[in-house]
Amino acid sequence: MINPVKNIQRSAQEYKLLDAKDKKRYWMDGILNNALYILMAIFVICTAILRPRFLTLDSLGNLISQVAAYLPLALGIGGCIVLTGTDLSAGRVTGLTAAISAVLLQESGLSNKMFNSLPAVNPGMIFLALLAVAAIGALIGMVNGFFVAKFSLHPFIVTLATQLLTTGVILWFFDLNGNNGQPISGQDQMYKDFVGGELFRMGRTPIPMYVLYAILLTALMWFIWNKTTFGKNMFAVGSNTEAARVSGVNVFWTIVLVHTLAGAMYGYAGFIDGVRAGSVSSVSGMNAECDAIAACVIGGVSFVGGTGKISGIVLGVLILRIIFVALTMLGVSPAALYIIKGAIILCACSLDMRKYLVKK
Amino acid sequence: MEQDVLLRMVDISKSFPGVKALDKVSLEVKKGTVHALMGENGAGKSTLMKCLFGIYSKDEGHIYLNGKEINFKSSREALDNGVAMVHQELNQALKRNVMDNIWLGRYPKIGGIAVNEKKMYDDTMAVFRELGIDVDPKRIMSTMPVSQRQMVEIAKAVSYNSKVIVFDEPTSSLTEEEVEHLFQIINMLRDRGVGIIYISHKMAEIKRISDYITVMRDGQWIATEPADKLEMSDIIRLMVGRELTNQYPPKTNKPGEVYLEVKHLSGTYNQLQDVSFCARRGEVLGLAGLDSSGRTETLESIFGIRTRKSGKIYLDGREIRNHSAGESIKNGFALLTEERRSTGIFSILNIRDNTVISSLKRHKKFGVYLSEKSQREDTQRYIDAMHTKTPSQETKIRSLSGGNQQKVIIGRWLLTEPDVLLLDEPTRGIDVGAKYEIYQLILDLANQGKTVIMVSSEMPELLGVCDRIVVMSGGRVAGEVDARNTTQEEIMTLAAKYV
Repeated sequence: MINPVKNIQRSAQEYKLLDAKDKKRYWMDGILNNALYILMAIFVICTAILRPRFLTLDSLGNLISQVAAYLPLALGIGGCIVLTGTDLSAGRVTGLTAAISAVLLQESGLSNKMFNSLPAVNPGMIFLALLAVAAIGALIGMVNGFFVAKFSLHPFIVTLATQLLTTGVILWFFDLNGNNGQPISGQDQMYKDFVGGELFRMGRTPIPMYVLYAILLTALMWFIWNKTTFGKNMFAVGSNTEAARVSGVNVFWTIVLVHTLAGAMYGYAGFIDGVRAGSVSSVSGMNAECDAIAACVIGGVSFVGGTGKISGIVLGVLILRIIFVALTMLGVSPAALYIIKGAIILCACSLDMRKYLVKK
Repeated sequence: MEQDVLLRMVDISKSFPGVKALDKVSLEVKKGTVHALMGENGAGKSTLMKCLFGIYSKDEGHIYLNGKEINFKSSREALDNGVAMVHQELNQALKRNVMDNIWLGRYPKIGGIAVNEKKMYDDTMAVFRELGIDVDPKRIMSTMPVSQRQMVEIAKAVSYNSKVIVFDEPTSSLTEEEVEHLFQIINMLRDRGVGIIYISHKMAEIKRISDYITVMRDGQWIATEPADKLEMSDIIRLMVGRELTNQYPPKTNKPGEVYLEVKHLSGTYNQLQDVSFCARRGEVLGLAGLDSSGRTETLESIFGIRTRKSGKIYLDGREIRNHSAGESIKNGFALLTEERRSTGIFSILNIRDNTVISSLKRHKKFGVYLSEKSQREDTQRYIDAMHTKTPSQETKIRSLSGGNQQKVIIGRWLLTEPDVLLLDEPTRGIDVGAKYEIYQLILDLANQGKTVIMVSSEMPELLGVCDRIVVMSGGRVAGEVDARNTTQEEIMTLAAKYV
């Protein structure tokens, strides 16, 4: 193994050999390549000075829960971006699966229960519901992947179409059994505990169960991306589709599977969202893909294709959430929140692209 | 005489990491002459032109146009100053019409805002009449054959009042009749005092059209002579330079029994027509022919990435399907593609990922898990075996030189333990030293009893490495020759059989 201390010593020696101009460039490159993290550090310090509450255990606990809630969508969409694609259907699929989970696991004896014939909730049903919504998400993802792979359509077009299709299904679903588009609430306590039950406390803030699930999911995705043939093939297809085909990679199935896996992640995200916010309405999850795509891009999953890391996605989600929590604490208006988010995406993408431009 | 010189390039040098692409090359083009620029692939012809047009920035040297020093930063600036190029691969806006393409970037305006379509049309017609081109200026580019699109490109150069026009392999996709028309236009331009640089591999053409010939080799200027003083054999000698014998490793392989048989192969979406041949164990079989004679298509059809209309493939007497790359790899085939950049490397991935992608099943543990350790070992084994020069396995492949990239990809294929290697231009864009190593490798593979089929546009290379050569022409097999007792002339004659 390489000795890290020796490595640093060697780097320092190499640095000493550089002339003044190269030294300046070394620092400029260093600053530009890490600009986002440097800015984040400054931002966190400033916020902490203005609002000391920001760096308390309670606040951090809240941050962790938020990251865990937003992570699954980003993990799913990340694969699509590695293939130089995107997925605009993510938010709506989450909305649909959230509604389905909520309805399947509604408390029995509720006056406005949508399907009275459903049996009382038991642990087996919770797992079945989770499997069902993951399968529904996977199915929609498979449709996306099929059209992308079979007809060489741009994922933007395909997923825009499935976004609209899913929205239609959601509106129809909310009108079932005389529900008349009302939000769905009254989820069973067992479901609430399974998702939002207390894992442990940070300060006075309870950490919900879904933080644990998010960690397991992240580990699973890391394994799939880095340690399986499918993961290697995904990066190869994202980097150079034609070369991948020649190299014997089954490009069609790789694309279909990446989208299917992404869909399953949205299904899981819907399962969590079905109870996390109390009630599910027909606009739940709307535009959630924007945050997920932004998180991936900030975390270095590049639209150039073929690059990206799970750790980057986690970092991207974390950065977006830090900004959100900090700005909310600072009492910044929603208008400013959007403007800052937009500026960060532009900034992150420009800095990211810098690494891939071939300098002439 | 001095005032006759239009363009003078003096002592131009250009280096890329690891390769000196141009070494003090000089070139003079006189008014009203056609100056042919010749050399093997990789001799530095196109690099020299790219330095002229500012696509590459030259390291050393000076360029003078009409006695005034110039240093173009872009091909647009060159055009504005009267230096134009007609590219081998035409860069045109195919969805737009002819006149849009000609006046792109300098549309005539009415009142500074609206585009003056009428003037554009009239001006285009005027240029076309002058050159004797019969094309409707309002026709959409993509609906026209390549030859007419090329005419449009020439018309564009003329419309800029160009004093120097560079033709890069202009006849490679033209029919004989179209070539005649092109030569008429070139002669007309010459009579008007335009200086022409003509890059081509086709000796006969060069002898017909050019006044002067400059030969380059390995990035160096070799000779400039009046065309009538050089015979074809002189040009070849100057281009090749060194003796053929020490450029190639000694042939030690012994071809055995027939292993691969291809019978009556025809393509659905390409020109292949009834291609049949066989290859033996331990044999290096060459596929010769002109560009677009169907050599690449033959390899890709065998490998299953092009659709076959009919035809059968037999391996060791047994019929095989080879309907996809995956299936072909299972059957022991490997295909090194011609376009390394677009279908070979995963430029953004590192050397290890590039090496192991076709043989991932070697590293599987417990059904799904891929062992990092065995991937590392495999990669290192082929870095060592191929003498690949790289700082580490984690280096991105795009930062390696062409030759080293090629070695990585060959390593990728050797890891699939193939019996039949299909190599499409295996030494394209590779410097001389690395070429020798690749020849040696090909012979080693043949010595191990593997079947190697190799496509090359460099005839000396085919003669130096192969046992037998199948010559293709117009999508068909034109003939087969024994590499030991054939000549370049015989191959060229066969290659022109069905053109």
